[in-house]
Amino acid sequence: MPLQIESRKSTVTEEGLPVEELVVNVGPSHPSTHGVGRVIVHLDGESITKADPVIGYLHRGIEKMAENRTYLQIVPLTDRLDYVGSMYANWAYCRTVERLADIRVPERAEYLRVIVCELQRIASHMMGIGSAAADTGAFSMFIYTFDVRERIIELFESLCGARLTYNYVRPGGVSFDTPEGWTDQVLELLGTLDASLDELDRLFFGNVITRGRLKGIGVLSAEDAVAWGASGPVARGSGVDWDLRRDDPYSVYPRFEFDVVLGENGDAYDRGRVRLVECYESARIIAQAIEQLPGGAVRPEGLQRLIAPPPGEAYDHIEAARGSLGVYLVSDGSPRPYRMKVRSPAFCNLALLSKLCEGHTLPDLVVVLGSLDPVFGEVDR
Amino acid sequence: MSIYEAIRAVVEEMAPDLGITVTESWDDAILDIPAESLLAVGRELKARGFDRLGMVTAVDRDEEFELVYRVQSRTLSAAAFVKTRVARERASIDSLYEVWPAADWQEREVWDLFGIAFVGHPDLRRILLPEDWPGHPLRRDYEDANVIKRPDYI
Amino acid sequence: MAIVDRLGAALEGAGGGVILTSVDALVDWSRGQSLWAFPMGTACCAMELIAASFNKFDFDRLGTFPRPDPRHTDVIILAGTITEKMKPAVKLLYDQMPDPKWVVAMGNCTVSGGIFYYDTYSVVRGADTFLPVDVYIAGCPPRPESMMDGVLQLRELVKTESLAPGKRHARELLLPEAPAESGGES
Repeated sequence: MPLQIESRKSTVTEEGLPVEELVVNVGPSHPSTHGVGRVIVHLDGESITKADPVIGYLHRGIEKMAENRTYLQIVPLTDRLDYVGSMYANWAYCRTVERLADIRVPERAEYLRVIVCELQRIASHMMGIGSAAADTGAFSMFIYTFDVRERIIELFESLCGARLTYNYVRPGGVSFDTPEGWTDQVLELLGTLDASLDELDRLFFGNVITRGRLKGIGVLSAEDAVAWGASGPVARGSGVDWDLRRDDPYSVYPRFEFDVVLGENGDAYDRGRVRLVECYESARIIAQAIEQLPGGAVRPEGLQRLIAPPPGEAYDHIEAARGSLGVYLVSDGSPRPYRMKVRSPAFCNLALLSKLCEGHTLPDLVVVLGSLDPVFGEVDR
Repeated sequence: MSIYEAIRAVVEEMAPDLGITVTESWDDAILDIPAESLLAVGRELKARGFDRLGMVTAVDRDEEFELVYRVQSRTLSAAAFVKTRVARERASIDSLYEVWPAADWQEREVWDLFGIAFVGHPDLRRILLPEDWPGHPLRRDYEDANVIKRPDYI
Repeated sequence: MAIVDRLGAALEGAGGGVILTSVDALVDWSRGQSLWAFPMGTACCAMELIAASFNKFDFDRLGTFPRPDPRHTDVIILAGTITEKMKPAVKLLYDQMPDPKWVVAMGNCTVSGGIFYYDTYSVVRGADTFLPVDVYIAGCPPRPESMMDGVLQLRELVKTESLAPGKRHARELLLPEAPAESGGES
């Protein structure tokens, strides 16, 4: 694989000793790169002068494939974008199709979408926190968070039959209604969730080693977060008070009461902790949604399988676990889109890596990458 | 006041020689501008509170490329499209990196997949495909013997 | 283990064709019981591989322990889509594994390209275009139970290896349905 290295900077100290910059390659196969990401790191002694991420190892051409698929056939492709959170990836796409084709979603389907999206957000944050913890060496934490995630995945399996790529949220509604007693099982999970999250908080974020390794690393200021297009826990960890569920509300979110979690210092510790505390808020939203869940159909009447929206374009976005996930669709009147573009939050957040790592050491690079929480299916598409 | 009207009000305050026309599409506002005034429009919008650049992408309309930008404002709670066109043979346009650094990786992706060059970008190279990949895949006339087309089932 | 390996090589040089059945059986059995795996997880299947290694479906009780370094492993589990950009890296990692080694293709993308077979310019349609695959596990992503079944089938394949290099037993493989050829040359 060609490696683009500029000529190494070499200088000479006052005593006449030659000093050269060291270039280290991290990845694409590395236990801590959260998938197939590669970082080419330029080191001056121990401190990083430049960390250049190389991505594209999972570029599968989903946007090009979408031009030859009908609108319903693209839903499984969106599953595989952010594979840690397939539910909300489906939802962002379906919202854009519904906007373009002017489809009205029944109310029960909207509530079910909110419930599964918030459950998926908890599962995704568990993966994010767990892998960030495993990078710092706290491997047991990874296994503990996967326990919570496994319970949520069992619920999804009884709902739609799949464990990872659900294909559940479809244009117009959702694919299946809940089985008998599903909402009681969700409430049972929520009853134990708070205790599990408290335990994780105490074990990891209360640990003195974690604080030493995560506090003060990768500090991102609020202005930089906005200027560089960061969103989600990465921006909220720096104090940027922006959450699409509250500030640009969609679906039935205006009917729920929840708080937006903000960090103060913008370092890796705050970003991780924002993710954990968001899970409590998601649990609140799910409890309210189940209480208000109406009856009715989960798909609109008379929706054809072959959706052929009128020519035009639309953009819609949702608050995914990683930030604002948007889909831009251009239609030319045929049953296949003319162009589909996915605005991926992990892609925009990852652009910050070089900026956040300057001056830190190589182990801190791993910590920063964990706090940015990239999922390479979404970064590379 | 709908989002379209709010954007219209903002645009009316801006200089008329930038050549902006505002249209509505599904409750969204589209600002159509000529390619030369992109940098000036970008600076103006940033000064008027559009502090985020959400998305940079391109659409291949067979005679030309249409560049689509999505700008968002937290203070106005509004967002708009900014669209412009470049010719196919000389596909290049100003980079918005100095206005919104978020354009960095997004413009690299458009260069990689469409072949539109951004003048003033600090580091324009391929991002998603290998460095030695021939051609720009998302163009509609991209030929590749390796691609197997899906048969038409419907 | 080194003495036993040299014994096999020595017998090969002394005229060939000798198989030490009980020593082979012992060595193969112990190899099968502790197959250390290199998880080459690229995409969604990596999540299921992780889930299969953790709490509920524990791989460790089968002896399959994940190691991040190819030089310490017997099996490479290809989990996830392989793209043209990633292909040289995967080949390099496979070459870095010491013999004897096996390849498990997990998930539809590594079996045949999967959902990304049509219309895409950058996906390798199946890992067997550039690597010799031993076990294919289908699914998108495969359930952890399928993964365990795959590892158990791999153990059967391991039991046909002989110490004499390049030789295999003519052993009846206890696979779900009897395959056409069992074991190969001996």
